[in-house]
Amino acid sequence: MMNYAVEVRDLRVVRGGQVVLPSLSAQVEVGSVTGLLGPSGCGKTTLLRSVVGVQRVAGGEVRVLGMPAGSPVLRDRIGYVTQAPSVYGDLSVVENLRYFAAVIGAPPDDPERVIATVGLAGKETARADRLSGGQRARVSLAAALLGTPKVLVLDEPTVGLDPALRAELWALFHRLATAEDPVTFLISSHVMDEASRCTRLLLMREGRILAADTPRGLLASTGARDVEDAFLRLVGATS
Amino acid sequence: MSLRRTTATARRVLEQLRHDPRTIALMLVMPCVLITLLKWTFDSSPHEFQAIGAALLGIFPFIIMFLVTSVGMLRERTSGTLERLLTMPLAKGDLLGGYALAFGAVALVQALLVSALTIGPLGLSVAGPAWAVVLVAVLDALLGTALGLFTSAFARTEFQAVQFLPAFVLPQFLLCGLFTPRGQMQTALRWVSDVMPLSYAVDAMDKITSRSAVTGALVADIAIIAGAGVLALALGAVTLRRRTD
Repeated sequence: MMNYAVEVRDLRVVRGGQVVLPSLSAQVEVGSVTGLLGPSGCGKTTLLRSVVGVQRVAGGEVRVLGMPAGSPVLRDRIGYVTQAPSVYGDLSVVENLRYFAAVIGAPPDDPERVIATVGLAGKETARADRLSGGQRARVSLAAALLGTPKVLVLDEPTVGLDPALRAELWALFHRLATAEDPVTFLISSHVMDEASRCTRLLLMREGRILAADTPRGLLASTGARDVEDAFLRLVGATS
Repeated sequence: MSLRRTTATARRVLEQLRHDPRTIALMLVMPCVLITLLKWTFDSSPHEFQAIGAALLGIFPFIIMFLVTSVGMLRERTSGTLERLLTMPLAKGDLLGGYALAFGAVALVQALLVSALTIGPLGLSVAGPAWAVVLVAVLDALLGTALGLFTSAFARTEFQAVQFLPAFVLPQFLLCGLFTPRGQMQTALRWVSDVMPLSYAVDAMDKITSRSAVTGALVADIAIIAGAGVLALALGAVTLRRRTD
């Protein structure tokens, strides 16, 4: 049996009478940096929310680290970064992280560590709402890195970041994923050129998984030049 | 529930307040200014101030905390921080308890200031013990906090949350016995006023100012206020869903 950090089987989600995910199945391997790619509105966020266990689902099964998504034991093993940075605007960077660290029971020096990790050293006492959008997004990411998460679910974490920083964050993801005690990443993006940075890809469209492969495997099986081209060919093949 | 998470939440709420000195000033200074103004308007009829002043000592903390908490909790819902907290090992009780603890502390300072001003310089005569005035004021503030946490679930925007003040608070304000003694109301209104917790706050304050002994009836009023607060907190907990659409 393959070692999966996330297993989704026949997941069905209906929101406001609309079927967002009709019957979705997908797996995320332990220690992979899996990119969930697809156009805006295809259901990426809904899938991520189901994995984290905050989405009301109509059917199917989602297991994370072998347990049903949303299980209380998963709450300090899974980190979730929403698209809009969810931090307290009226608190400083370090006050935000100190609070989240206390909630998950991380050691007291953990806020300092994650601040350095996301490149916000020197901004500790700045209020979150006085930071730029990209900096605020990094505070949100830092909060998810607190403690020792086993699975990190990141919804468009690199949007609006400068390219140098984006490269640094991807390097960080790979470092954590290949550590002795690996962290598994499930990262959504609507930017297809981020695909080459992932070890695995899930291509998604209109609530369905079009393809699940490595970037290289995807290009080989579709004969495409790049992931964007592969996506177009897959769409052409299914419609 | 865990003590560490509850106190961490209370500390965080207080830190947010500390970054907002204007709100602190409004919470602490405004009731003092209003009660002073009231005293002044009844300059020629001090016995009126005696009746209304005591009731307002119980009503101010309720209204102010209701407003502050409902908007604060709504911000928690709309900013995504609530969803983040609910994916973490935080019990709903930790969150609600943290809010209650933080605003309870502010309410204590507020009640001490307003009571000291009203009983001291403004000359409200209190036959019963002064600590009972402070206790009832703090419980009213906690009741306001609990109701604010609960009603924030029904607002989508801060604009709506503020409008819940007239919807939830003004009916209680009209029927709590401040304008007409509750015993003289039409039977139907009397029944409505009987199920509104603010009525018991005004009753309790009346009893403390007019009687020197702590009677069983006063203890019953205090128990009802506290019970209503706990009930509102429980209802608030029901509105905190880990899974949403």
